[in-house]
Amino acid sequence: MTAYLIRRILGMVPLMIIVSMVTFVIIQLPPGDFFTTLQAEIAETGGGQDSETVKVMAARYGLDQPLIVRYLKWVSGFPFGDFGWSLEWNSPVLPLVWNRMAYTVLVGALSLVFMVIVALPIGIYSATHQYSFGDHALSLVGFLGLSLPGFLLALIWMFLGIVVLRIPAGGTLSREFAEAPWTLAKLWDYFMHLWPPAVILALASTAQLQRIMRNSMLESLGQQYVTTARAKGLEERKVVNKYAARVSINPVISVMAMEVPKIISESTIVGIVLSVPTTGPLLLRALMSQDMYLAGTFLLFMALLLMISNLLADMALAWADPRIVYT
Amino acid sequence: MSEQTQQELTRQSEELFSLYEQLPAVLREELSEVDLTAAELDEMKARQIYGASQWQLMWRKFIRNRVALFGGVIVLLYYLAAVLAGFIAPYTLTTRFGQYIYLPPQRVYIFDNGTVRPFVYDVKMAFDKDLRRVFEVDRTKKIPVQFFAKGERYDILGLVESDIHLFQVPAGIVSILGTDRQGRDMFSRILYGSQVSLTIGLIGVLLSLFVGSILGVVSGYYGGGIDNLIQRLIELVRSFPAIPLWMALSAAVPPHWPPLRTYFVVTLILSLVGWTWLARQLRGQVLAIRNADFVLASRLSGGSDSRIIFKHLIPASIGQITVVATLAMPSMILAETALSFLGLGLRPPVTSWGVLLKEVQNIQSIALYPWVFSPALAITGVILAFNFLGDGLRDASDPYTV
Repeated sequence: MTAYLIRRILGMVPLMIIVSMVTFVIIQLPPGDFFTTLQAEIAETGGGQDSETVKVMAARYGLDQPLIVRYLKWVSGFPFGDFGWSLEWNSPVLPLVWNRMAYTVLVGALSLVFMVIVALPIGIYSATHQYSFGDHALSLVGFLGLSLPGFLLALIWMFLGIVVLRIPAGGTLSREFAEAPWTLAKLWDYFMHLWPPAVILALASTAQLQRIMRNSMLESLGQQYVTTARAKGLEERKVVNKYAARVSINPVISVMAMEVPKIISESTIVGIVLSVPTTGPLLLRALMSQDMYLAGTFLLFMALLLMISNLLADMALAWADPRIVYT
Repeated sequence: MSEQTQQELTRQSEELFSLYEQLPAVLREELSEVDLTAAELDEMKARQIYGASQWQLMWRKFIRNRVALFGGVIVLLYYLAAVLAGFIAPYTLTTRFGQYIYLPPQRVYIFDNGTVRPFVYDVKMAFDKDLRRVFEVDRTKKIPVQFFAKGERYDILGLVESDIHLFQVPAGIVSILGTDRQGRDMFSRILYGSQVSLTIGLIGVLLSLFVGSILGVVSGYYGGGIDNLIQRLIELVRSFPAIPLWMALSAAVPPHWPPLRTYFVVTLILSLVGWTWLARQLRGQVLAIRNADFVLASRLSGGSDSRIIFKHLIPASIGQITVVATLAMPSMILAETALSFLGLGLRPPVTSWGVLLKEVQNIQSIALYPWVFSPALAITGVILAFNFLGDGLRDASDPYTV
């Protein structure tokens, strides 16, 4: 297992190098650079710097050098934790990205937890009560969840929150807690703002998982060892929960692994709609103002997060299903 | 001798084939001559089923699925509405009513004193004591809704030009979904927006289909180095989360580009990620059938690679291709909406549902004027319809399971 893990991690290195190259090319694509965008903005509001100043500033930040030189300069900082300088925020990129990544991981992890505690029981219920009213109703709800991805759900949630429930939907904290010290009340408020994005992100995947769990359970329930368990007089509850469900979980884990990239991807736009500090809002701003190192580092870290979560998923699968042997 | 034998064989097989072709006719004749008993009827039905082509089987299974059929009809209606947008919409994309800004959805009354004569009440904009805009409904003044009446000029697909609208009012305004901050009719704008949103999904999916099916089939069929290369490429594209990648790429589209070019580039960006799903699925499918007997037979009788791919592998996978394409449509439409909503995709004057939603990004306006949020309803409807349809197609694409 350790050898496998090391091999997988080493295998990520070349992919990461190519990813960093592609990222760099992408963030260089827009015409002009941060300073020309800045100047355009200043000019719009009436001020203005002469193009000579812009050139000097661009030169100071090395923006006039060829692509490959700039790339190598950017990459050479990575081993020392230097991912470049954010021109807009006038600070190193890393701490800016770090906070947002942490929040994204928090929301993502919460939605994974939600997925598991909701989808598995529903899947088991649907399979043991196949074609009952409850099964049909839950399948329909699941289907709706599957069809409406995060972006739309977040919009609908904002709409409901504002128009129907009259609560301040979105944000991380209510206004009265923004500057307050951490108390239980504030923590509660924080949580109340944390769960909507997590649930919105989880819903589509929950529906998917519930469907897989149902099918997988139906398959296991027809197996002979389940009949044997019943025949020897085991309680039905044990037959379902200890025998059938245990084996049925394995396909669910592999599907869950496929859902994680979707969650990471959707978290950007859900974050923007609900104005919570996932990677989304800052990435959007960085892209708009051509704060290229910030945008690039975001892309890079999200790709890294995706790879790590894929690795974790494979390990979870191996842990849950001892029959899988990794070589 | 071998030539003779071959000729003999060819003749025999042709004879057999012609017999086979006559079979249905012969059967029908036989059956029509005798009175049919219930058992025979059953047998005939069975023959029809066993003799049906895969397409017929799929179609039969599909039309039995009410929900999928419903989804399909809704999808068709959406596209029909998009084509006929100019006719159905009472106003054009840019018609402004300065006197009706943020007009709430109007109620259209169908019955007038017991007869069917649709009308709306006249409304007047006024200001209350806090200088807020209010609309007073004038209960005394009924404006009849006229059908097939003349209005502003429009054209359908650039082919037909007309000024006949489905419904119009002679005075005032008829706005069943309200108006926006410039006094433009939301209903008309949603209809025109659908032209952009629905086609961008369609073109995007077609592009992904084109690239994805070729690369997927080639990857599965040839295997080896080229397979490895294509799979690594897919892995690379997929190692980026889709939405941030789309955001970064469309941020690179210069704002001053003409609308049409932006439209195509955005479509291209969307398909850049889209093709990978299809290629993966098709590769698996091809791997499963590339050693099937019919492929082997084709190869042994001298079929070239391109013949095998285009005559056998792609037709055999067409069911799956259709399913994947249908299920990819909603995500394409949503991706465009999301990008335009963020201000990274299409920009005004191009009007898509995402552009319409962007105009209400201000939270306050949702609270005060909830009807400007109605494009989201249109999107939800089409997304659900596509999913119902795709789900039904998926079930139907495998007609041999019950």
